[in-house]
Amino acid sequence: MSGQTILSVDRLTMRFGGIVAVQDLSFAAERKKITALIGPNGAGKTTVFNCITGFYKPSGGAIRLTPDDGRQIALERLNDFRIAKQAKVARTFQNIRLFPGMTALENLMVAQHNALMRASGFTILGLIGVPTYRDAEKQAIALATDWLKRINLLDRADDAAGNLAYGDQRRLEIARAMCTGPALLCLDEPAAGLNARESAALSELLLSIRDELGTSILLIEHDMSVVMEISDHIVVMDHGVKIAQGTPQHVRDDPKVIAAYLGTDEEEAAAVMESGS
Amino acid sequence: MTATPHETTSASRTAGIPFLLKTACINALIALVLFSLMVGIRTEAGSDGQLTYWTRFGDLASLVAAVFGGSIVIELLRQWIGPTGAEKLVPPAVQRGASFVGRYLAPALLIFTLLVPVIFYNQRYILDLAILVLTYVMLGWGLNVVVGLAGLLDLGYVAFYAVGAYSYGLLATNFGWSFWICLPLAGILAAFWGVLLGFPVLRLRGDYLAIVTLAFGEIIRLVIINWQDLTGGPNGVSGIPRPSFFGIPLDNSDDGLAAKLGIEYSPTHRIVFLFYLILALALLTNWVTIRLRRLPIGRAWEALREDEVACRALGINTTTTKLTAFATGAMFGGFAGAFFATRQGFISPESFTFQESALVLAIVVLGGMGSQLGVALAALAMIGGFELFRSLETYRMLVFGMAMVLIMIWRPRGIIGHRAPTVYLTKAQAISSDLVKEGHG
Repeated sequence: MSGQTILSVDRLTMRFGGIVAVQDLSFAAERKKITALIGPNGAGKTTVFNCITGFYKPSGGAIRLTPDDGRQIALERLNDFRIAKQAKVARTFQNIRLFPGMTALENLMVAQHNALMRASGFTILGLIGVPTYRDAEKQAIALATDWLKRINLLDRADDAAGNLAYGDQRRLEIARAMCTGPALLCLDEPAAGLNARESAALSELLLSIRDELGTSILLIEHDMSVVMEISDHIVVMDHGVKIAQGTPQHVRDDPKVIAAYLGTDEEEAAAVMESGS
Repeated sequence: MTATPHETTSASRTAGIPFLLKTACINALIALVLFSLMVGIRTEAGSDGQLTYWTRFGDLASLVAAVFGGSIVIELLRQWIGPTGAEKLVPPAVQRGASFVGRYLAPALLIFTLLVPVIFYNQRYILDLAILVLTYVMLGWGLNVVVGLAGLLDLGYVAFYAVGAYSYGLLATNFGWSFWICLPLAGILAAFWGVLLGFPVLRLRGDYLAIVTLAFGEIIRLVIINWQDLTGGPNGVSGIPRPSFFGIPLDNSDDGLAAKLGIEYSPTHRIVFLFYLILALALLTNWVTIRLRRLPIGRAWEALREDEVACRALGINTTTTKLTAFATGAMFGGFAGAFFATRQGFISPESFTFQESALVLAIVVLGGMGSQLGVALAALAMIGGFELFRSLETYRMLVFGMAMVLIMIWRPRGIIGHRAPTVYLTKAQAISSDLVKEGHG
């Protein structure tokens, strides 16, 4: 089982003063699979994300990451940028956080900062212009170009990220996270604000990341059509605790989920769940 | 819904006389309140020290009337011309010309600067002024790394200038070390202090960062004043050796440069040498900054200015990134300080007041944060312009302040506000200034 699991969250608790945002949450995300974390607003999904990606320090519990090389990394002990740098966990944000004044290409170059820093001999070799750095930069540009092609933004490569359409910005943020070469990609509501066609394109992109690149994905999402279509495994949260988990089919039919996730009106709940199928 | 902004503009355009009168009345009232004490009543100390005053209501009335009439005229003009903006006010032919000039401005300026000592060889005043301008260009470029690229508001930049100046001044007077050994040392020491300042302020952002850096600048100055044994306190350090031409002194002696070259000695030689020295230092600053911008560290600085949280999510160590920005900026400040010391031959704490920090920051902001050419133009305008208005005497500050306000109205993001990308696939296109963030500290 441990070979299958890339991320295991064990009895995670997060308190803010007297408020318990997440309580004793345990779940696992499988390697090369898409795991979705869903739940009504305020369920504590983003808090879990912030704990996993190091923006919060959990009050209790353990978060273990097992990358492909078999190491075990205790994420709750790493902080800040080290989770992205050493554990290779990349993330996107609910409200897009691109570098708006930099071009799409530059955004993807910044994502490769750590690799390029090493290649530039921590700036000193790069400053005098050694050829190894130039090669590394060319490779970085090639990787960025490849991702721009994948997200269909190659012709906008030299435009400022802030000038791109909303849907394009969402995709660019995912591409930027992928340019860090992550073992686990965490997406916070990637389909928020997208229209049906853009959502479909997003689903396709995420499936291609899983199938072609073998990157494990953990996502928070409200758009049920996306969640039901691409998820291999779904964890449902409400009021900081896990109330159900399983395959999309299993979760959809769970009465507890329908009641908790969508309020008490079961008819309406059933209707919304249907729309996601 | 989309038509609303258009409707409001056309509504204000066709606003009738009541609107005009209302605006004019409000402006006149503000003028009345402002000037009633400043102009309306004139006070003076009498012969016995008692307070005498008399009223000047006539002057007050004419001022208020002028404001009233003026605001009507301005409002009418605004309605007549429509929304103001550079695109609208400047004819396209002039704009095309400006963009043509813009392309060749930097090389033209550089060539002109190189020729300044040749053209103005006999005008000592202009050469001195040029050296002063170049010193501020260099300081501006150094601070530009911290403020313009990394977006960290530093109000105490003069501290590093002081560290550089005192490093050279003290090492040269106490140990007799030459300028060329002390120059890198001054830079290293200033960078060291930059890192030292950086550590405690890393957690601070925006206003708080500005306040702490401001305090740091004052602390350095106060330490210099009070550490009399080392720095000579308010008396400063005097007798700082002049720079030599790589070991050959620039003086009237037999082994001076003039004697060796077999030409007649002139004190201008040293000025010209100083000019080329600061030009070389400034160009070094510029070259290093331009290169750093295209390296991962420079991109990380700019990314930090754009969004610090996103940087952390991408695995960028924001602590070291900020520290390197502080250290790099401080190092250039240190070089400039060492040059200042060798040029003046005398340094005292008076040269390193907050006013200097504010001036350098004004140059960076006026030039357009992050733009190398903009900073150079702003330094020329600020330092050169200040000299230009010397003939206006008491009104100098007034004219100068007004010019700055006008520039900031027309170009709120500085003379050159747009940003050039550091890497491109097909075509490098300038990024509009309203997309580029200023940084939160």
